[in-house]
Amino acid sequence: MLSPITIISFLVSICLIIGGIWVGNNVNLLPAVASTNAPIYDELFKVLFAIGTILFIGMSGLVIFSLIKFRRKPGDVDDGESIEGNLSLEILWTAIPAIVVLFVGLYSYDIYDRMGGMESLGSHNNHSHHINEERRIWGGIGSSNSIESPLNASSTPLTVDLSAMQFAFIFHYPEGDIISGELHVPVDKPIALTMESKDVIHAFWVPEFRLKQDVIPGQPTILNFTPTKVGRFPIICAELCGPYHGGMRATVVVEKEEDYQQWYKQNAKQVDLEV
Amino acid sequence: MTLSFPPSEKKPLEGLQPKGWLRYLSFSLDHKVIGLQYLICGFIFYLIGGALAGAIRIELTSPLSDFLERDVYNQVLTLHGTIMIFLWIVPVVNGAFGNYLIPFYVGARDMAFPRLNAVAFWLIPPAGLMLITSYFINGAAQSGWTAYPPLSITTPAAGQIIWILSVLLLGGSSIFGGINFIATILKLRRPGLKLMQLPMYCWAMLGTSILVVLSTPVLAGTLILLSFDIVAHTGFFNPELGGNVIVYQHLFWFYSHPAVYIMVLPAFGLVSEILPVHCRKPLFGYITMVYSIMGIVVLGLVVWAHHMFTSGTPPWMRLFFTIATAFIAVPTGIKFFNWVATLWGGKISLNSAILFSCGFIINFVLGGITGVALAQVPFDIHVHDTYFVVAHFHYIVYGGSVFVIFSSIYHWFPKFTGKLLNENLGRFHFLITFIGFNLCFAPQHWLGLNGMPRRVAEYDPQFTFVNQLSSIGALLMALSTLPFLWNVLQSLLKGPKSGDNPWKALTPEWLTSSPPPVENWLGEAPLVTEPYGYGKKKKIVLAIKSEKEDKENI
Repeated sequence: MLSPITIISFLVSICLIIGGIWVGNNVNLLPAVASTNAPIYDELFKVLFAIGTILFIGMSGLVIFSLIKFRRKPGDVDDGESIEGNLSLEILWTAIPAIVVLFVGLYSYDIYDRMGGMESLGSHNNHSHHINEERRIWGGIGSSNSIESPLNASSTPLTVDLSAMQFAFIFHYPEGDIISGELHVPVDKPIALTMESKDVIHAFWVPEFRLKQDVIPGQPTILNFTPTKVGRFPIICAELCGPYHGGMRATVVVEKEEDYQQWYKQNAKQVDLEV
Repeated sequence: MTLSFPPSEKKPLEGLQPKGWLRYLSFSLDHKVIGLQYLICGFIFYLIGGALAGAIRIELTSPLSDFLERDVYNQVLTLHGTIMIFLWIVPVVNGAFGNYLIPFYVGARDMAFPRLNAVAFWLIPPAGLMLITSYFINGAAQSGWTAYPPLSITTPAAGQIIWILSVLLLGGSSIFGGINFIATILKLRRPGLKLMQLPMYCWAMLGTSILVVLSTPVLAGTLILLSFDIVAHTGFFNPELGGNVIVYQHLFWFYSHPAVYIMVLPAFGLVSEILPVHCRKPLFGYITMVYSIMGIVVLGLVVWAHHMFTSGTPPWMRLFFTIATAFIAVPTGIKFFNWVATLWGGKISLNSAILFSCGFIINFVLGGITGVALAQVPFDIHVHDTYFVVAHFHYIVYGGSVFVIFSSIYHWFPKFTGKLLNENLGRFHFLITFIGFNLCFAPQHWLGLNGMPRRVAEYDPQFTFVNQLSSIGALLMALSTLPFLWNVLQSLLKGPKSGDNPWKALTPEWLTSSPPPVENWLGEAPLVTEPYGYGKKKKIVLAIKSEKEDKENI
């Protein structure tokens, strides 16, 4: 029943799909994982990378194969076959991309939800009184701490205010009234950043956290995350903000709880409250 | 109502313009002259924009900011973006090929509004010159081609204002062109020619022109408000005066996302013309191609906020724009499958035109895949404003549109000049361009994923090697222009004659002499109802015979 061409194309498709999935799972193009957000992101990346590899190799393979197989032989002056269309084929390649796109869309919705993107903003933010009620808070991403890190399920997030200016990030810890150029955070503790710019638009980006949020003048934005790996990671400004944009960097220092407490005690203004 | 155009007896156009090459410097009303004016002017700006890209790539060979002054670097990247978009790709894929081809395709003797057409072209050189000279007057704009406030309000005003004026002029030119194309396609069709018999490029230009006319005025209005903020210290987008910076981004991207389709839809149309000729097969799936163009037009208007996923948009908005954006992949995918089906079973001449078209398909598929990924909010939150986006964007506009422009030049050069280009040099040009382009932009995906933001003059030293690789690719791209220019010059001076129809093509522009006479046909325009009727011997013979009879009769 089946012609050899059908069997060959079936086998090629199977190899392509297996190859694509292998590439998606085994080729790592991403930096270190350092927040609860990052492994979820990497899961999405693997799926997209696998689908992308299959489609790209498949399409380019078809084009190159056609160029070789159907190239004009010398001396041949005939036309090709007069095929103007094929309804069932056209329906097929409308349906397949539609299904793939729908799957990717639903899957990334699920990923976004697990990252906390659908939570109401600032729900874990216990210092909302800092923000004038009439100003709108614009979302980065909600907190995913309650599900992802059972260790601290009940703990309230550490709140930090970020103000960005040409060309620096300044962190202010309301509790302890610390002002710092480095963001010190304890590992596995949810952090709620409230960010606002003093001049132009900047962006707060930590590649190892897979998170980015613009820091906007006139509108506070919120970003919640939970770091999971001890270390120093770059904070990068990702929005063109002037001549020194490329140099606008800071560091997030993720420390063990006791190291963080030590840093906090050294820098907190009202040490007497501790007693 | 369809107007018919009898051959004019007085030949008014010939009297109005100088002869020879001086035509190209004149206020000519001939759509073919205007088309080539767009093409040549655009190519000059391409070389300038390319030189600026070269400066960027030289700066990025080392992790320190050591080649250009920091503010000059920002001016260079702003000029590079603005020139390449507004002075090269948009004018060439729309203005150049649109003006040259659309009147032939609808069987008209010229565009609907020839004077408006000439005005639209002549707005471009002064606007471009103004933009470039602003560098010498107190510095050009340095807030990127997006000109986001408050940065664009706080950087030196002179350059930013000149940038706004020049983009307004170019936008005006684009709107004039769009109106002209819509009128020509809908109203100047030869009697007897139905819409669904038009070559695909007409549909692409109809869709594109609808986008131009709907969205460009929004950009114009936005930039006028921005100029008020700069000059008159109003507070539309200035947060210090109660303005809202996000509103600017919405208004800007309401134009500038459709602008991507204004750059690629005509390219889709051109590829649809080139492939059938050199594969000797009909265009596969004409009707689905038409519907997918219109689908892209409609969806293209409702996806702009995917440029703003990290700007502070509410979750519902993020989701809506994710889904709308991802669904553009469906009509776009149909077009790509149809092109591959056009190749399949054809008798393909492996010439420069087909190689550049197939290079386009491969590059654009990759750009489209990264595009669908970028449409996903959680994915975008990491790579937004990084080199990943730079790579994606260049795969769309260079790997896509510019490859198609080169393919089109190889395909229509005999039509423009009556001379043939050297195919071996053309294939060599393709090879270097393809390798250089991929070497330049493929590694940038990795850079973006690993932490290199866009628009920076300095970066983390761990990215040095990959940036140098990318710069070598850019060098190859720059060098690839040389065989092309040499080829064109050689052919113009002493190229072999092509004859009227070297490709034995069936679309109407080839059914007249090459180069065509003023007013396109000596006799009546031929009625081409099957522009892709390859493989149907009898009709080809008939069409060419009637053309010969026309000539003999006159």
